Amino acid sequence: MRLVVPLRGIVGGRGGLILGTFVPCALFCYLHIRRLRFLATRRVSERAEPIAKAEESPYYVGLGRVSQDPFDEVANPNGIIQLGLSENRLCLDLIEEWLSENLTGAMIGHGGDKRHLGIGGITGYQPHDGVTELKEAMAGFMSQVMGGEISFDPSRIVLTAGATPAIEILCYCLADPGDAFLVPTPYYPGFDRDMTWRTGVELIPVHCHGADNFILSIAALQQAFNQARKRGQRVQGILISNPSNPVGNLLPQKTLHDILDFARKKNIHIISDEIFAGSIHGNEEFFSLAKILDAENFDKSRAHILYGLSKDLSLAGFRVGVIYSYNDDVLAAAKKLTRFSSVSAPTQRLLISLLSDTSFIGRYLETNRKRIRKMYDIFVSGLKEIGVKYVDSSGGLYCWVDMSGLMHSHSVKEELELWDKLLNVAKVNATPGSACHSIEPGWFRCCFTTLSEGNIRIAIERIRKVAEMHKSSR
Amino acid sequence: MSFRRDIWRFVNFHIQSSLEHSPFLNPLRGKAFPPPAPPKECLFLTRAGLATRQRSSVRSKRAYTSEASRDDWKMTDDVSNSCQWICRNICQHTRFFSPSLPLSPAPSQPILLPPRYLRTSLLPSLVRTQFKRTAAPAPAPWHSSISFRFVSIFASTQKHEFSKMTRPRHPRTRNPDPEEDSKPTTSSSSGGGGGTAMRVIVPLQGVVQGRGGLVLGSVIPCALFYFLQLYLKRNRSREEHPPPPPSPSSSAEHLPEVPGLQRTLSRAHLSPRGPAHVSGRVNAILRSGDSPDIVGVKKYLEDAYDKMSNPDGVIQLGLAENKVGSDLVRNWLVENGREAMLGDELSISGITNYQPFDGLMELKVAVAEFMSQAIEGAVSFDPSQIVLTTGASAAIEMLSFCIADAGNAFLVPTPYYPSFDCDLKWRSGVEIIPVPCRSADGFSLNFTALDLAFSQAKKRGVKVRGIIISNPSDPVGSLPNRETLYNLLDFATEKNMHIICNEVFVGSTHGEGFLSMAQVADSEDFDRSRVHIIYSLSEDLSLIGFNVGVIYSFNQNVVAAAKKLARFSSISSPTQRMLVSLLSDTRFMQNFIRISREKLGKMYMMFTGELRQLGIECVKGSGGSYCWADMSGLIRSYSEKGELELWDKLLNTAKINVTPGSICHCIEPGWFRFCFTALTEEDIPLVMKRLQKVTETCKSRS
Repeated sequence: MRLVVPLRGIVGGRGGLILGTFVPCALFCYLHIRRLRFLATRRVSERAEPIAKAEESPYYVGLGRVSQDPFDEVANPNGIIQLGLSENRLCLDLIEEWLSENLTGAMIGHGGDKRHLGIGGITGYQPHDGVTELKEAMAGFMSQVMGGEISFDPSRIVLTAGATPAIEILCYCLADPGDAFLVPTPYYPGFDRDMTWRTGVELIPVHCHGADNFILSIAALQQAFNQARKRGQRVQGILISNPSNPVGNLLPQKTLHDILDFARKKNIHIISDEIFAGSIHGNEEFFSLAKILDAENFDKSRAHILYGLSKDLSLAGFRVGVIYSYNDDVLAAAKKLTRFSSVSAPTQRLLISLLSDTSFIGRYLETNRKRIRKMYDIFVSGLKEIGVKYVDSSGGLYCWVDMSGLMHSHSVKEELELWDKLLNVAKVNATPGSACHSIEPGWFRCCFTTLSEGNIRIAIERIRKVAEMHKSSR
Repeated sequence: MSFRRDIWRFVNFHIQSSLEHSPFLNPLRGKAFPPPAPPKECLFLTRAGLATRQRSSVRSKRAYTSEASRDDWKMTDDVSNSCQWICRNICQHTRFFSPSLPLSPAPSQPILLPPRYLRTSLLPSLVRTQFKRTAAPAPAPWHSSISFRFVSIFASTQKHEFSKMTRPRHPRTRNPDPEEDSKPTTSSSSGGGGGTAMRVIVPLQGVVQGRGGLVLGSVIPCALFYFLQLYLKRNRSREEHPPPPPSPSSSAEHLPEVPGLQRTLSRAHLSPRGPAHVSGRVNAILRSGDSPDIVGVKKYLEDAYDKMSNPDGVIQLGLAENKVGSDLVRNWLVENGREAMLGDELSISGITNYQPFDGLMELKVAVAEFMSQAIEGAVSFDPSQIVLTTGASAAIEMLSFCIADAGNAFLVPTPYYPSFDCDLKWRSGVEIIPVPCRSADGFSLNFTALDLAFSQAKKRGVKVRGIIISNPSDPVGSLPNRETLYNLLDFATEKNMHIICNEVFVGSTHGEGFLSMAQVADSEDFDRSRVHIIYSLSEDLSLIGFNVGVIYSFNQNVVAAAKKLARFSSISSPTQRMLVSLLSDTRFMQNFIRISREKLGKMYMMFTGELRQLGIECVKGSGGSYCWADMSGLIRSYSEKGELELWDKLLNTAKINVTPGSICHCIEPGWFRFCFTALTEEDIPLVMKRLQKVTETCKSRS
């Protein structure tokens, strides 16, 4: 009837030309466009729309920029140096050596018994959650990584196509849409996608401060929990990274105990992301959640451990993640859900051989730690030279650097400006703290394991340029 | 309080009078309702009845606590009657409506409160359901405990007035019992059972008359429901462990057993020391586990057939596993596997480093080429519209996530591939609306049924976002003809829906006339953005363990979203590298497709020919590694039960695992899917021998 009302103007001779033609035309166009838009199936579902148009955080923008213009000593010396991707390229020679020796054997089987070990094993149907042999090998590998003191039960392992689906599946199993997880900040930027996109779970940041060396305080945890409760939100768990992802420090034993106590008191789950457990280069002792649970009489059914081969074995391309859960229901559900993200059989066969070769693994882990340490020392001494502070860490493939000295004011905006300057002027891609939800601006995560020693010096040199520019501008 | 008391008096009086005048309680007396009396009289009447009728309340309490089923019956009887009376009186007085009450024919029969009654009498739904439960005639012990608890929570000072109205309903139980008479205190402590139950309704009168308002109308029923739930929980745990007081942890353990409560674990915080809960949505996934295909696979895994080591084992004909061309692929991999994986110059970083989640571009190009090769180059596929996933399941899940929101629906012609149920429903929360196809049409898509299903869904308010078809159809194996595909696209355009075409068996066609959806979408001026194709390398290349699925979508937005979601199911790079080499070896691939098609066709003819000799007819199939056999002649009762009986016999007696039609949601019982490609030619006679045993026993019995 709305259409008729403007026309009344014509009928009554009152509205004149504008009302009589312009309004109906505009209306018609509007309706037509709406109709067209409605008819078009071009749009995706409502829930996929935010994903398709996912607002890019600086973390992903930086990664995208590097892939367009990567640094190469010879071919592209003015390219962007990648300090944003936590990938370990220090020990690829070891892996390569092993593969060139054992690949054929691993895939096809050694000589005689071709039918059993061989290709039939990689072409036939496999259980989605991983073949038992690989689970056994993985359990052995995990206990080797954690120092051999803890033994893992292969039947509690679920293998997924990378740690990303492992986190997603765990989230899906533990929480309903609208429920929340407490996550100490700063945290790995990928969690925002992994945990929330499809599961509908929310993340509640629990802020840690530079003054406490970014160690989680139970008081902050309690406060975040209470606030969520007040909002009417159900908190279903805590997600901790140990070694912590952007900072690189290890959680002390006491903090782990406190977190477990807290989880028990509040009846919530605890997920421990220990994907960097084998990349510890310092002298601090690492306490896995499994170790704590072994030692004391906690209710284990609320504990879940995430692991993967991307970091510790430098096999990011293999896409192998591990859910190690003490909860039978979660295991059963996760096993069913792995139909959507299973590891392909050739990779599994290859890994069975690789992980079962314990002497190689032992050698590899030791060399890897030494090399990471060396790179860390080089990077840190470079930072000292140019007068940039950092957190002393003993784990991970990265350094948590305090560049607030290079900023004019203490704000997120200024931090992003500095990030932009680093990326576009100095051509270094580091991850700004705001992408990791750090509450204090000015922190950057720099991953140093993708570079060679010489390139680290170039990266430091580039950062020095920015520092000098800042000084001169002041 | 005074106005409440007035209501009480009023209702009491009416209950009282209708009791007295009720034809079945007092057949000699009144035939009609007495005229409404002034409130003064009402007060007098109720007070007068008090002293003489106290004993009955003791008796009725006994009836509740007693385990005797007869008493339980009476109790439910009482409550339901009371409800009826109250409803009637309230309704009559307030003149909302005046229903004609059905009165029970004989007093010995339990009187059920008709649900429609409650529906019409403005009771809030929560209370209504509770009353339905109480009124149910089944004498299960928990029924009685509900109502008892229900009653005792709301017992208050005025219970005497209400206890008496149950009295006339207990003529048989009122035998003199000195023990009860000596305990008058009990009557005041927990009051007159069914009588007090009526209090619950009385506050609602306020709502009915518009006087009570929000508090009476919503708070009381809610509180009631809350207490009831709480009680139910505690009561259950008490049943299991009688001596100790119920600990919260044990109650939480038993929580999942209570139907209707397990979904909302909203009480998680009440029991802080209970075991950690998993999410509600995962419970549905955990529960699904006993469908025949899973049972069959389990049985097979326990006792797999092997010619040498286990000749009496179960033969697997339930998995669409294609072993026809596997020796070719095996030879290729043995020869080229190493170079394929590491590349010519042995570049380790190509497989160890992070790669794009949605697949290597090289592999996409190779897949596009292979897909067009499989349909003899009729269409060329654009690699940029491809997203690679870990298997077709992930591809379907991802597509459904991108196209439909939770609660939306897809139309799927039945019989359909059983895994769709998991792929679409579990995490995407998408509904499947089956569109039945019949054997009379050769299980081809019926557009009248499609239209009907669509309009019915629309009527229910369900948004239908698309149609999913399999081409070649799985499990039937037939190919939809050109006309059907065009009509389908027309239908989708008209209703503004998407089409997902599952073409995982495109390389396994052995008959003529395969037409890809891509060809149809290419040839005419359709809006192609609604067409999506699922493809997989497992079935066609005999590489099931490789687990590689393909989404080919003409819709840019869907591709963009799927690329981002691919982070959750990306293929490991050694596999990708291997496949790049394998698929790029065009000479091998051409050879492979030709040989595997030939072999498949031969196997199909042989297998269906043998089945025909046993008197089992198959639908004529032209694609897929299976055949769809009609065994309805062998089932004892023409129903799903009969079909599953036969399936059970095949599995346990003949030791053959096949897929029954019922899990493919086929509406006609007696159809089975046989995947014959998992066999070698030499195994076929053995399968037939085993089948013959079953057919003979079935025939001899009938």
